[in-house]
Amino acid sequence: MAERVLMKGNEAIAEAAIRAGCRHYFGYPITPQTEIAAYMAKKMPKIGGIFLQAESEIASINMVYGAAAAGMRVMTSSSSPGISLKTEGLSYIAGSDVPALVINVQRGGPGLGGIQPSQSDYFQATKGGGHGDYRMIVLAPASVQEMASLTIKGFNLADKYRMTSMILADGTIGQMMEPITFEDAEVETYEKPWALTGTKGERKHNIVNSLYLKPEELEAKNFERYERYRAIEENEPMWEEYMMEDAEICVAAFGIASRVAKNAIVAARAEGIKVGLIRPITLWPFPSKAFLSAADRVKGFVSVELNMGQMIEDVRLATQCKRPVSLCNRTGGMIPSPDQVLESIRNAQKGVF
Amino acid sequence: MEHKRLTLFAGHYGSGKTNIAVNYALRLAREGRKVCIADLDIVNPYFRTKDSAKELEAAGVDLISPRFANSNVDLPALPAEAYRLVEDRSSYGVMDIGGDDRGAYALGRYAPYIAKENNFRMVYVANCYRALTRTAQEAMEVMREIEDACGLRFTDIVNNSHLGDFTDVQTLLDAQGFIAELSALSGLPVFFTSVRADLEQAVAAHIPNVFPLQLQEKYFDLPDQRLYNRTSNHP
Repeated sequence: MAERVLMKGNEAIAEAAIRAGCRHYFGYPITPQTEIAAYMAKKMPKIGGIFLQAESEIASINMVYGAAAAGMRVMTSSSSPGISLKTEGLSYIAGSDVPALVINVQRGGPGLGGIQPSQSDYFQATKGGGHGDYRMIVLAPASVQEMASLTIKGFNLADKYRMTSMILADGTIGQMMEPITFEDAEVETYEKPWALTGTKGERKHNIVNSLYLKPEELEAKNFERYERYRAIEENEPMWEEYMMEDAEICVAAFGIASRVAKNAIVAARAEGIKVGLIRPITLWPFPSKAFLSAADRVKGFVSVELNMGQMIEDVRLATQCKRPVSLCNRTGGMIPSPDQVLESIRNAQKGVF
Repeated sequence: MEHKRLTLFAGHYGSGKTNIAVNYALRLAREGRKVCIADLDIVNPYFRTKDSAKELEAAGVDLISPRFANSNVDLPALPAEAYRLVEDRSSYGVMDIGGDDRGAYALGRYAPYIAKENNFRMVYVANCYRALTRTAQEAMEVMREIEDACGLRFTDIVNNSHLGDFTDVQTLLDAQGFIAELSALSGLPVFFTSVRADLEQAVAAHIPNVFPLQLQEKYFDLPDQRLYNRTSNHP
């Protein structure tokens, strides 16, 4: 049997990052992700890495930008209000085409909100957040094991496509403990000929920059970037299907909401309702094909979210509005109960969306 | 099992202190004692003693919890009533201390009272399957850091080695070497070994002083962990 260790979701992210070769962590404390920084503070000095608590979130994301430009595997972590502060840097990182990993262990918002779990940064993560035309790869773990495996995947994808990967987790997965293994970790490494590593007088110097004086050049850069985004949309969507083979109702849920949904689906199946789940693992690229294909087979969808209905828009877009989609949600740090989800499934079965 | 007037549970964060403190308080109450439990965790605002408020109340256990526990405020403030637990010697007291040295600083405030009464057991909760306390040496390091932070010395160890849902009899047996080494290194006795209640019978013949634990069910527990892991669809 694989050797297992009992970890909190936040610790799993930190350990996985170290195993992926990350030796540069810049952060600023905020509940509920502080264990990531605490773990890094304890481990990085022992392995010759850098743990630095910056003076602010804005400082830390710009340190990430700098280390990324130098070709390092680098990360930062925060929670919702802190991610808002980092968003300027995320736009600059996107405009400079450098890879980085950013963790958002979401809490309730808007504003200072609260410290209980939430999924209300879906729009911010998947639709940009910062200014300009850009995307981030957004990965949504639903278990402590996935906190680890998607952290490694996130670094791989960031380097492969020279962009930011974001882990969009929530306070519950960050805080809860599950036994995990690192044996399946597949760490990929990529050459970084563009990195600022010193020319040693042997090559032309590299420039990492997001400023373009000629609009034609800036437009061309954006076109080139979107070619890359199209390749990602084609090749990188990840999702899980659960009891979808004969499903007449499809629940859409990611992260912690998908775990509640699974309990409700098992309960609904016991009542004879044919219901399944599509769980997006990548929120961008969104697994649109999986939903479109399901739309030809099911009567309708139920989107279960810890927000006022954000992913539901992507479900509607992906399914081209072929079938009705209802929302089952709590927000502000509250989590839907399996009974609440079950009631929404029963309604969908009756044609009430 | 012989009980002291005060029992303090400290250790690495995530080692199981709160679950054990709650189960221990319930046991004292079931044995007919007047019991008070205090949540002194000023570090982690989640997974608190207060999560078990209903069970504790039903068993007649007096719960002292920080005013903002389980709210949206992460305010590391101790409840004033916590003094009741150290000063009112007519009641058995159970203290749930925050994780690591950072959590144990809060205990320092009460340490002089506790030392003066000198009728306490300070228990180090150990789980060898937790990250950062995988070996007896690592566990000892955390133990010393906690002692330095709170000004009290540990008197006992509780073996709470487990792997969550993956825990089976072998998991528990495999931890015996670790706990024997930790006991030898620290010179402290093993007060008890806590196990999920359904595993108690299976290990009772092999492990001394087994203490069965009742765990809370959580809304995010999965219907079937193995099924869940198998259906992932990564194209």
